[in-house]
Amino acid sequence: MRTIYILWLRQLKRYFRSKSRMVGSLAQPLLFLVSLGYGFGAIFQKAGQGNYIEFLAPGIIGMSIIFTSIFSGLEIIWDRQFGFLKETMVAPVSRLSIMIGRTLGGATVATMQGVVVFLISLLAGFRPEHWLLMPIVLLVMLLVALLFTAFGTMIASFLDDMQGFQLIMNFVVMPLFFLSGALFPLSGQKSVIVTIARFDPLSYGIDAFRYLMTGTSHFSLGVDLVALSSATAIFLVLGSYFFSKIQL
Amino acid sequence: MNIIEAKNLTKKFNGFTADDGISFDIAKGEIFAFLGPNGAGKSTTIKMLTTLLSPTEGEIKLNGFDPVQNPDDVRRSFGIVFQDPSLDDELTAYENMEFHGVLYGLPKKERREKIEQLLNFVELWDRKDDFVKKFSGGMKRRLEIARGLLHHPKILFLDEPTLGLDPQTRNHMWSYLKELNKSEGITVFFTTHYMEEAENVAQRIAIIDHGKIVASGTPAELKASTNSDSLEKAFLSVTGKSIREEESGSLERLRMARRAWRR
Repeated sequence: MRTIYILWLRQLKRYFRSKSRMVGSLAQPLLFLVSLGYGFGAIFQKAGQGNYIEFLAPGIIGMSIIFTSIFSGLEIIWDRQFGFLKETMVAPVSRLSIMIGRTLGGATVATMQGVVVFLISLLAGFRPEHWLLMPIVLLVMLLVALLFTAFGTMIASFLDDMQGFQLIMNFVVMPLFFLSGALFPLSGQKSVIVTIARFDPLSYGIDAFRYLMTGTSHFSLGVDLVALSSATAIFLVLGSYFFSKIQL
Repeated sequence: MNIIEAKNLTKKFNGFTADDGISFDIAKGEIFAFLGPNGAGKSTTIKMLTTLLSPTEGEIKLNGFDPVQNPDDVRRSFGIVFQDPSLDDELTAYENMEFHGVLYGLPKKERREKIEQLLNFVELWDRKDDFVKKFSGGMKRRLEIARGLLHHPKILFLDEPTLGLDPQTRNHMWSYLKELNKSEGITVFFTTHYMEEAENVAQRIAIIDHGKIVASGTPAELKASTNSDSLEKAFLSVTGKSIREEESGSLERLRMARRAWRR
């Protein structure tokens, strides 16, 4: 327990101290909300889909969570390069508790990030329908964050330097985000897109946010929660397994 | 009594033999230098002793424990200063110590006292709340030594601890370590490329080359057996003069980049 706690605390401290990272990770969602939200707003309305900001905000919240959490998972590569990982690996604690502490820390940070982006979206004109459902939104945020932190951990276990980082951003993180239905409605799309989105765990996260905040949904809340929980469980197991196999 | 015993230690990586039947004993309270050219198998040996790698063949007893069977008992028995810095730059000196103390399960009161004592010992107490990223190479090394000692280890491993340090810092560092060795009876196991340092500090030396131990003994014995007047000459006469080519791993590239940035 103390191992998990101290590793969790470390992730939080690192996040709050890296001001540039915080500003950067808030500027991006804001840019998306303003440029896409206002830019496509009129077309969206004309197409009879309603208010685009309403639709977009849950997607952007999902975006900030997936970026922050995958990045937290990938931080292991830094720790490996800068030697800190060795310090934890020769300590008399199990690798599983190291992985869990880190993952919980990363997921907590990503959830807070999601909350902050939610607040920003309020400034951009977003209004959730049911404030009472917000605690449940928070839980779903945590679930999505856990999923992708574990996913990032798994990827980081295969990479031994930052050379692969761009590759991961372009071929994994970006597709996960763009194909998740964060920016456009899945209903009424060509079946190819919908089929791809079905295999993207982020789709379910964003769908759940959308349902809980605006009342519309492509899948259904039940499907979303089952898909998210099982994907989270799978990646936690895979992440722990590959993390335990890291050789220094 | 021997605090470290290695018997016929062998490590193979997909056909490449890094360590080839190494055996040595280190007595409790000894200062032991483990020398060898690049790629001779030093790091592999240290990784096996410290539970980061498991041997292909052979046996290790460290403080009476086997690293494969009882890794956590072994881990509690040693402290280590790695070749590359292994501190968290985004944390303060104190937080780095605190992190280590919690990982090793030291109770709060004892932890606080010991951290203060050790940071005073390496003369960093007045900088305890500074971020490690502001520290010089020498200060980081001192902090790492203090950290390595926090959990009362019986053995301290130091992998090229003086690399890149100026003579003042080096001198200072060894005076701490000798003092500790005397007062607490801590066994010190270190590697270095500075032969003078090994000659001055070590009570016993083993020289490893191509994965095998090619010579061992006290500095005086090594010099006598090779008819050399310095350890450097003894070392060269045992290991030859050809330069070893080592493939650069990602870590090596990082080190180069780091050096380039510093200039």
